[in-house]
Amino acid sequence: MAETRDLHFQEPAARAAEAARTLAAASAPAAQLQDVPGEKMVLNMGPSHPSTHGVLRIVLELDGEVITKAMPDVGYLHRGDEKIAENMTYSQFVPYTDRLDYLSPLANNVAYVLAVEKLMGIDRQLPPRCQFIRVICCELARISSHLLGLGSYAMDVGAMTVFLHTFTEREKIYNLCESLTGARFTTSYTRIGGLSRDLPPGWIDQCRRFCREVVVNIDETETFLTRNRIFVDRTQGVGVISREDAIDYGLSGPNLRGSGIEHDLRKAHPYLVYDQLDFEVPVGSAGDSYDRYLVRIEEMRQSVRLLHQCLDKMPAGPVNIQDGKIALPPKDRVLTRMEELIHHFINVTQGVNAPPGEIYFGHENPKGELGFYIHSKGGGTPHRLKIRSPSFVNLSILSKLLPGHMISDVVAILGSFDFVMGECDR
Amino acid sequence: MTTSLELAGRLRAKFPALISAPAEFRGEITLQVSDPEAIAEICAVARKELGFDYLVDITSVDDCGQDPRFALVYHLDGFGHLCPLRLKLRLGEEKGELPTVTGVWRTADWHEREIYDMMGIRFRGHPDLRRIIMWENYPYFPLRKDFPLSGKPTSLPEVAFTEPAPLAGGPFVTIAGGKDTIAREPRARIPETDAPEPRK
Repeated sequence: MAETRDLHFQEPAARAAEAARTLAAASAPAAQLQDVPGEKMVLNMGPSHPSTHGVLRIVLELDGEVITKAMPDVGYLHRGDEKIAENMTYSQFVPYTDRLDYLSPLANNVAYVLAVEKLMGIDRQLPPRCQFIRVICCELARISSHLLGLGSYAMDVGAMTVFLHTFTEREKIYNLCESLTGARFTTSYTRIGGLSRDLPPGWIDQCRRFCREVVVNIDETETFLTRNRIFVDRTQGVGVISREDAIDYGLSGPNLRGSGIEHDLRKAHPYLVYDQLDFEVPVGSAGDSYDRYLVRIEEMRQSVRLLHQCLDKMPAGPVNIQDGKIALPPKDRVLTRMEELIHHFINVTQGVNAPPGEIYFGHENPKGELGFYIHSKGGGTPHRLKIRSPSFVNLSILSKLLPGHMISDVVAILGSFDFVMGECDR
Repeated sequence: MTTSLELAGRLRAKFPALISAPAEFRGEITLQVSDPEAIAEICAVARKELGFDYLVDITSVDDCGQDPRFALVYHLDGFGHLCPLRLKLRLGEEKGELPTVTGVWRTADWHEREIYDMMGIRFRGHPDLRRIIMWENYPYFPLRKDFPLSGKPTSLPEVAFTEPAPLAGGPFVTIAGGKDTIAREPRARIPETDAPEPRK
């Protein structure tokens, strides 16, 4: 019988030290490269390439198979969302946020309306039930996004099964989204000052069942990958980002935490009811692709923890602010009462009346910090709405990170970044 | 525990002539910088001495018709103290140029390229100031307020969306230069012209 070869795992501290050595070696590759004869080659990777998860283009300059220069080129999915936002009311922009990070539309919806509510000064007046449901939305979106990220990452580095496995579970999240919001994909669930509708009957039990099942699925996914020789060889020590670089390049989300920085906006600048909930922020030790993978796995477990707490604590009551000038009044009252009819009409035609001023709100999205900067001159339309998208900022490190790696490592690094071009290009 | 207001006060003490009194709105502190040329120096001090090691975002606002026309907005944060701070400055259109802060935070690279691409503001000393979202040689700056929502034609017929108004023709779409929604709506009541017609 053939002897099974066991993987040798180092302690996190030893791994971090080795990663630092790899990084130091990668930053001084000139001496070993110069003796290779032949001229450099330019390889155009993307915009249509399976590992670019959309339309990212990277122009690589190669010496043999080693990258000497990388120039990421973004913008192929630019739709002018910021310009569009300046030409419509705040409420009308909610569906556009679905299309930013289209793998976690619920989290984008929540982030956007929280920004508008901050501008209006009503973010502390939201009904508790609304806040708990929004937290559930964010965490479901996080699990959904990470499941897809892991599945496609595994497929990029050669493991097909994981993809099918995680998509089974994502399908259940889509079913939950469908019964919650009416749409599986483009949810547009949140409204300024509330939600488009309350939880449907029986939804909490469905969600509890999902939470029990997804934990099993995450454990199984880990057995596929975490000690898989091929996966470990392709990800450990590849794409090492030091703490300093991670901060300097403004990384956020799991990519930042993979480099060992314990920064999570849910803890750093708490919003909704995150300060009442118990969860931990996982961080990596070496900052390589493998650590970013581990951080995502653990984040999903923490999200399930948050979901359980929210489902247990779910308060009763309304989901919308009881102010017809902010949230639409109930339809039956609109059709029978004068005042509600006026509120409805004004709210739909002119939008909410936001005060002049400017705010920035950063939200811990699955991909990182999704921020909205709103500059208002008063009235129902923003004067300027800037979307600080995590994928855009995270990708900017590629030109620093890729040189010194092999072409096949590009795939392993891109997958570990888990970016979405819809959000990057806006 | 430090607050944003304290840090803003300390930054202002370093540059008393250049930085205005901190303004607060919704719990956020904004400092107005009077001279665009000083921004790189102020940012370097903010990072080195006040712990603002994380640049969250840089963006620009176009107040078309005002002078100075543009506003630049820097959002800083620090992992040591978690106190966000906003720096703002105004920039005239004819100048249209200010120093880069890529030497302070590397992440400023793409933010500044995006501002250049979308609003046409140039950053002196930027290592690679090219368009980032629109293609090379695109002739306009689309996020300026005088650029129409429906777009403008360009001289590159092979590139998608060089024709204006991909949405044109929908019942609710206002075409640039055409009648607005009220003018197109036959049932709209316009006070000046809506007087009842005299009976015959």
